[in-house]
Amino acid sequence: MATMKFMCDAERCIECNGCVTACKNANEVEWGIQRRRVVTLNDGEPSEVSISVACMHCDDAPCIAVCPTETLYQRDDGIVLHDKDLCIGCGYCLYACPFGAPQFPKQNAFGERGKMDKCTFCAGGPAETKEEEYQKYGANRIAEGKLPLCAEMCSTKALLAGDAQEVADIFRQRVVQRGHKDGGWSGNPRADADSLAYDATHQG
Amino acid sequence: MSISTRGTGPCRLFLMLLVVLASLVLAPLTLAQEADPGREAAFAVPTVDADVWRQVKSGETGPNYRDSRYGSNYSLINASGETWRQIRNDWISPAGLIALGSMLAILVIFYLIVGRSDLDEERTGRKLLRWTALERAMHWTVATLFIVLALTGLNLLYGKFVFRHAFGDAFWSSMIALTKLVHNYVGPVFGILLLLMLAKWLTVNLPRKHDWQWFKQGGGMVGNKHPDAGFANGGEKAWYWILASVGLLVIVSGFVLDFPLFGQTRDNMQWANMFHAVTSLILMAVSLGHIYIGTIGTEGALEGMTSGYVDETWAKQHHNLWYEEVKDQVTSEEQLAASRSSGQGDEPAPRSG
Repeated sequence: MATMKFMCDAERCIECNGCVTACKNANEVEWGIQRRRVVTLNDGEPSEVSISVACMHCDDAPCIAVCPTETLYQRDDGIVLHDKDLCIGCGYCLYACPFGAPQFPKQNAFGERGKMDKCTFCAGGPAETKEEEYQKYGANRIAEGKLPLCAEMCSTKALLAGDAQEVADIFRQRVVQRGHKDGGWSGNPRADADSLAYDATHQG
Repeated sequence: MSISTRGTGPCRLFLMLLVVLASLVLAPLTLAQEADPGREAAFAVPTVDADVWRQVKSGETGPNYRDSRYGSNYSLINASGETWRQIRNDWISPAGLIALGSMLAILVIFYLIVGRSDLDEERTGRKLLRWTALERAMHWTVATLFIVLALTGLNLLYGKFVFRHAFGDAFWSSMIALTKLVHNYVGPVFGILLLLMLAKWLTVNLPRKHDWQWFKQGGGMVGNKHPDAGFANGGEKAWYWILASVGLLVIVSGFVLDFPLFGQTRDNMQWANMFHAVTSLILMAVSLGHIYIGTIGTEGALEGMTSGYVDETWAKQHHNLWYEEVKDQVTSEEQLAASRSSGQGDEPAPRSG
């Protein structure tokens, strides 16, 4: 069984927000909810770098561990899904999540938050019919043999999604070639810096 | 045209030579500069290196941080989430069960070995007013809300291990949704009433010298000795001050959790949740002792909070100093029945801790 993972190659991300838009479009999430976001560090400086973040479908997910209702659960392929019928909007998953993935449509007095929403890896969620599933959770592209739309639409292929082993292999190959002295990235001062995105064996 | 060319000829030749010479001399120099990694590093564009990612992982974000989510001020990594999860799930949750379970066990063992604290003498039939109607109403309202909040709170912490598997998803989803709704709406009512009750009973619960003696003699729970006590004995005062301290923390942390309208961060909520869980579990454990002593643990105590009146014998035995103050106000059961049928209200008896 594959273990599904996202990976964002920050050296490639150009903060076009295409993934954010693709996600919104594929899943028709309600107003105010944005399952994927792009975070930019050192914004406006030469060292600016961006990374696309959503639910990372943790192996040992803290959200599942703290949920008082067992709304959150993990499929055999590692995708963390949520059951909207069980959610009471307590907010615990958000307090525990390392990535700020769970979101709530409201934030009102008496802890009225509505039902939590988060990235489903385009794998939908528990529902009786396909229509209900789409209405509650958005697309189930995994069931159709497709990968999440955010990664599929990424213009620079910074955002990768799929089996963890394959994603890791793609990234490893990139790292080796970026560091290569004949490669397109050679001579880039970034390649000489202490960056794990470049192969250390080719430095110096 | 040709003249002018001829005229500038030597000059041009000289310039061209100069350029060729210069490039011959300087070219190796510039090449050497490009190949010098030390020199290049000095001019290199600073990048996001491993240290920056370590900083991100620790939960920090610099001033030039931007999040594409509207209005979001989330740091990229919420570093304390996993710590909170471990403290809540691995420490607070089991500790709460241990505290409640051992308190129950202690009370059962105490009841089996020592048994009820009976009245030493016969009841006289003469009654003393101990709790006014307002006080009783307050006590039972707060008590009911406390039990509702305790049960719903326990369900939020432990319910998922029991009810979903026992009764199925349909039952569990309605039950837990109702639990959260009740807990969040009843909580503030309880908080306000508890504060009013604490204010009402502050004066009688101020510590006195004889309270220390009361504690030194274990409150007379074992044996036949009955240490001095005013309107409130040492144990009641201890319960009062636990409610005034730990209870206050429950109210404050509950308020932070229940009204996420003041820009609370995820860290604030984690702290509030831990405080709320620990303090309310302490209250629950201690309340079991309070309930035991007030019901099956002491003969003649519960009627004080149900009818408002206690027997003269009970007052003499458990609150001797208070009894000395109010013994001239005893009323017989017949007088009580008469005043009740004529609709007379309760007159509070004088009190001093």
